[in-house]
Amino acid sequence: MPRAAGCPFDPPPDLYALQAQAPISRVRLWDGSTPWLVTRYEDMRTLLGDPRISSDSTRPHYPYQGPGQKERRTQSRAFIAMDDPEHARLRRMVTASFSIKRVEALRPAIQKIVDGLIDAMLAGPKPVNLVQAFALPVPSLVICELLGVPYADHGFFQANSRMLIKRDTTPEQARAATQRLVDYLDGIIGDKLAHPADDLLSTLAERVRAGELSRREAVDTGMLLLIAGHETTANMIALGTLALLQHPDQLAQLRDSGDPRLVASAVEELLRHLTIVHSGRRRVALEDIEIGGRTIRTGDGVILANDIGNRDPAGFPDPDRLDIARNPRHHVAFGFGVHQCLGQPLARVELQVVYSTLYRRIPALQLAVDLDEIPFKHDGLVYGVYELPVTW
Amino acid sequence: MKVTVDQNKCVASGQCVLSAPDVFDQREEDGIVVLLTEHPPEQLADDVRQAAVLCPAQVIWVEEQEQEE
Repeated sequence: MPRAAGCPFDPPPDLYALQAQAPISRVRLWDGSTPWLVTRYEDMRTLLGDPRISSDSTRPHYPYQGPGQKERRTQSRAFIAMDDPEHARLRRMVTASFSIKRVEALRPAIQKIVDGLIDAMLAGPKPVNLVQAFALPVPSLVICELLGVPYADHGFFQANSRMLIKRDTTPEQARAATQRLVDYLDGIIGDKLAHPADDLLSTLAERVRAGELSRREAVDTGMLLLIAGHETTANMIALGTLALLQHPDQLAQLRDSGDPRLVASAVEELLRHLTIVHSGRRRVALEDIEIGGRTIRTGDGVILANDIGNRDPAGFPDPDRLDIARNPRHHVAFGFGVHQCLGQPLARVELQVVYSTLYRRIPALQLAVDLDEIPFKHDGLVYGVYELPVTW
Repeated sequence: MKVTVDQNKCVASGQCVLSAPDVFDQREEDGIVVLLTEHPPEQLADDVRQAAVLCPAQVIWVEEQEQEE
């Protein structure tokens, strides 16, 4: 469904119409299948929190985003596409690294990374493509450090990740990109088995050695964290900055405040407002489920459209207004239920550091081109901008 | 109020710690919820209720108790 021309931050008009008129209805996908599309906030929370809803992508009628995604998940599933107890077993092997305390302890290192990249931008020529110079390097450097992946390889893993999160990627392209990342991470797990270090992939390697995890499970988990750890936050940095530049009053309020509570609130509001994971959460019903006057039958595919869910007036008053002070912590940008984003504490701290530093250190930050020249990721499973030329 | 949690179903999202850090903590080894006090003081009641609403695994229960005279 296309977004409206001139409204690059809002969900497609068709989704608004469905939410108002037919909040649980059948849609037709690329492969001719007709899963349910759920567009209201409360229904979404109810279903995502329901154990009768499965994330297992091997089930018939699982509503894939496209043929490339189907191929990718067939090659490398990871716990995001599994149900409990497998999901819980694998997720709990990595949750320690994302606890609030562990992530807070990274804040000074993240601040240093952010300041270093801003120093480099200020010392270099203008205009700058903020995506390449800042938005991608920040989370990539952080996740490399956390996982124990060499940052020198960022060109390789960023390019292959990008291939896997495009809607029009062919099965052949998806298979090749997945295989390259699998081989790459398998090599790193091998290194960690031989030379353990103080990082997350070494922890997984230790589990492999102890026989608690297969080597392939360690590779699939590492790949999930590497991709999810940089692409999502990078898009929030670039698209969030663009949204703030289009709302100068909000940007000024954020820049001049210095209140960490307002910064934290702004992060939640931009997560809600932009909902960059805009292709919906994908599920399959394990039993008949009655909801909103409809019956979702056993085996039916279900898509929870969290982008429009986050614009539901029943969940958020005046939902289309960007208001950085509203602190909408109950948004579903990270999903809901047992699959809610594992990396959310890290994403929050990264975005808090970025949003509280970038505009303060470069107060004259502005677009170097017109808004209509910015290439948006309309073809991405994760929304954002391909380039953001800025100057000051 | 009386608070209970289910560690077996916790997914370590950290939402409770962000809401009410004096009531909830996380285990060092796997980030799973640790309840610091079953009976939090009244001034933390709203924060605890928010934690229960935000918990993605829905494993925090709040039992409201009548104020004793």
